[in-house]
Amino acid sequence: MHISRFREKKSLAIARKNRLEIIKAQLNRRDMLKAGLLGGGGYLVLKNGLSQWASGHEAWARGGGGDGSGSGTGIVSPPTRPFVEALPIMPVRQPVTTLSGPTPTIAPNTAGGEGRTRPHQAFGAYPTKFTFPPALKFETHQKEAFVSMSPDLPPQPIWGFDGQYPAPTHHARYGQELLIRNFNDLPPASQNRGFGMPSVSTHLHNAHTPSESDGFPCDFFSPGQFYDQHYPNALAGFGSTHASTNGDVNEALSTLWYHDHRVDFTSQNVYKGLTGFYCIFNQFDTGNETTGYRLPGVPNASNFFAPIQYDVPLMFADRVFDPNTGQLFFDLFNFDGILGDKFLVNGKIQPFFEVEPRRYRFRLLNSGPSRFYQMFLTDQGSNTQLPFFQIATDGNLLPHPIRVDNVIIAVAQRMDVIIDFRNFAGKTLYLENRMEQIDGRGPTGNTVPAGAGNFVMQFRVGTTVTHPDASVDPATNPTYYTLPATTAAPRVSRSFRFERSSGQWMINGQIMSSDCAQPRFSVQQNSVERWSLQNNSGGWMHPVHIHFEEHQIMSQSLPLLATDVSRKDVFRLQHNETTQLFFRFRDFTGRYPFHCHNVVHEDHAMMLRWDIVPAPGGDTNSQP
Amino acid sequence: MANDTPPPPPNKRWAKISPRETIRRRFFPDVRLTTHEGKKVRFYEDLIENRCVMINFMYARCQGICSPVTANLRRAQQLLADRVGRDMFMYSFTLKPEEDSPAALKAYVEERKLGPGWTFLTGRPDDLELIRQRLGFTDPDPARDADRTNHTGMVRYGNEGLSLWAAFPGMQTPEAIAKSMLWVAWPQNAGHTRKG
Repeated sequence: MHISRFREKKSLAIARKNRLEIIKAQLNRRDMLKAGLLGGGGYLVLKNGLSQWASGHEAWARGGGGDGSGSGTGIVSPPTRPFVEALPIMPVRQPVTTLSGPTPTIAPNTAGGEGRTRPHQAFGAYPTKFTFPPALKFETHQKEAFVSMSPDLPPQPIWGFDGQYPAPTHHARYGQELLIRNFNDLPPASQNRGFGMPSVSTHLHNAHTPSESDGFPCDFFSPGQFYDQHYPNALAGFGSTHASTNGDVNEALSTLWYHDHRVDFTSQNVYKGLTGFYCIFNQFDTGNETTGYRLPGVPNASNFFAPIQYDVPLMFADRVFDPNTGQLFFDLFNFDGILGDKFLVNGKIQPFFEVEPRRYRFRLLNSGPSRFYQMFLTDQGSNTQLPFFQIATDGNLLPHPIRVDNVIIAVAQRMDVIIDFRNFAGKTLYLENRMEQIDGRGPTGNTVPAGAGNFVMQFRVGTTVTHPDASVDPATNPTYYTLPATTAAPRVSRSFRFERSSGQWMINGQIMSSDCAQPRFSVQQNSVERWSLQNNSGGWMHPVHIHFEEHQIMSQSLPLLATDVSRKDVFRLQHNETTQLFFRFRDFTGRYPFHCHNVVHEDHAMMLRWDIVPAPGGDTNSQP
Repeated sequence: MANDTPPPPPNKRWAKISPRETIRRRFFPDVRLTTHEGKKVRFYEDLIENRCVMINFMYARCQGICSPVTANLRRAQQLLADRVGRDMFMYSFTLKPEEDSPAALKAYVEERKLGPGWTFLTGRPDDLELIRQRLGFTDPDPARDADRTNHTGMVRYGNEGLSLWAAFPGMQTPEAIAKSMLWVAWPQNAGHTRKG
């Protein structure tokens, strides 16, 4: 005790001595950035002479787009070599014939160790469409594991579905419902290694999922428990507007993801690794470039549950590592949003990917926690930005491919793109994030010059093609789905002002409580509503995510991009913006949240609960 | 240039510091403070270490967010009943130590009839400022941050022994506040060690 006391005093003395300097230094970081003294990764720029190892590659290997701390903690990750490890391709989750544990039940099997609190609603509500238990079954075990994110860092403890980060990719088909038994095998809180809450709720982001399987923030369950989730994989409208056709094929989804949604702790649990892709296929988006829309992709000949060649999910994540321990660092005491100075793709810092000179489909996902990306395809040799085609926004294929030279991706958004490497055999290209962001509030509005951004990953284009390209050239302007009409009169028009008052997030001037006890408003099942979102929170931007049903943008203050004329589940609410969104709430009932998907804001109660209730029902509160 | 192979990194030896210790060093300066009862305490060793806590910032003459937040926390304290002061502790740090003497804070406590287990703290201005900065009770806009009349109503809560930390808006329902505290009051018998 004596010795530790002494140490405390000594460190205290040092802390006292440095205190003002620390505060001063933090205030000065932005000035330094402005003056060009700090690089994007929070590294001092070359002229200031960091270690030779770090500085020699700073210009093209730089990490963050901000001051590297984003939080005022001033942490700069240790140097890592970029482009020395190959991009990991996540395995695809395999079905099981028999589930571990008790036989599944429609009612929650509390006595058997299940954390679910409400019965599966689909089987009672639509007995001719769904059969219990579904023939297709999966299970996943959320658990701790150690992974390498860079050869220059020590092994990192993560929490992953099946002990993997990113989690195994899930392949699903429309019309093929499934049950997934989700086991919480996480260690107790006492072994969380610094952050993370081991009670969890898994959200299937963007899916048309009954409330009890949606991963509602307060439906969390504890270590030792399991939770059966029923994913109907049914087209929206199957039980309502499009009952005769078993749903509206124009509302088919493609790229979804699943992630933890535990109220108040989502940012920590997602940062720790509880994220994975969920891709849904149908007769048009088949995963096979010789059928349907002929999007790039050559599936495994004998197994649907296997990665698809040339159809590659890319999960972006920015992270900070403690410079002393080399361990993943989470800023626990940050209200604004967390920026990392290291960029991971599929769990590796700045990987390379060997591609063939042909077309690829990439499913780009910003898994957060807080950063906005603007991704360009850069040919660094000539410092030119190459065009590519965007084919989807969030989970939805666009009506047609759109030729772009960049995509903006807010947290939780997905953007599917087609890149044609045909003319770049032998070349090296990069995905470069050029969106400037220096704190968690949102981007500055500047796009940094080409070549000065974050080189997130490298493409090494080979010279030979294994499978000759049979995909449709997006330049021929093929047609995908048709946007459903938005002419129906809304039953209710509601407006939501996003504000910040005394550091607390408010929607329409009201605080949201973290126990999810009361819905703010309720929607009548199978009705149309129009929601207006307004951002009155000053210098903040918010990627607003509404669960269960997608929207179409009727109007917004800022010019609408061609790529926003679509169905979406995340609206990027920019400064002082107002937007009008069209919704149709169908098929299922129950509680859902809508929230900011800057997960740090979300964890600080920038979220509310709303419910869908059977007709006749629901309120008409225009300013809930 | 981009195809150059970088030299290998130096043979880095990573410090063996537990996550909990990293958190302590980064966020919990062990500065000396004075309670509203005039008792001298250290921030980490006496207030935070191995404890389940709620933390907010306020000042006694605040005309803004403090009064409703204090009233709300008082209701949450009543819901948590005798656990506050036993295995849960509430701390309110002054934003204006130059005017909030221990006596002024004591008067604040007595005026509002706040129960035991809720401690108000003052001290040297730069010590309180250090805690405020470290715990992130700041605004990224420097002008807003400097304006004490518009300070944050957010409340940190957590369990130091378990490295569980989160926050809630001070104006959320007392029921939700009490529930949040129960989330982090995980059994501590398997608590990990700070050193090593």
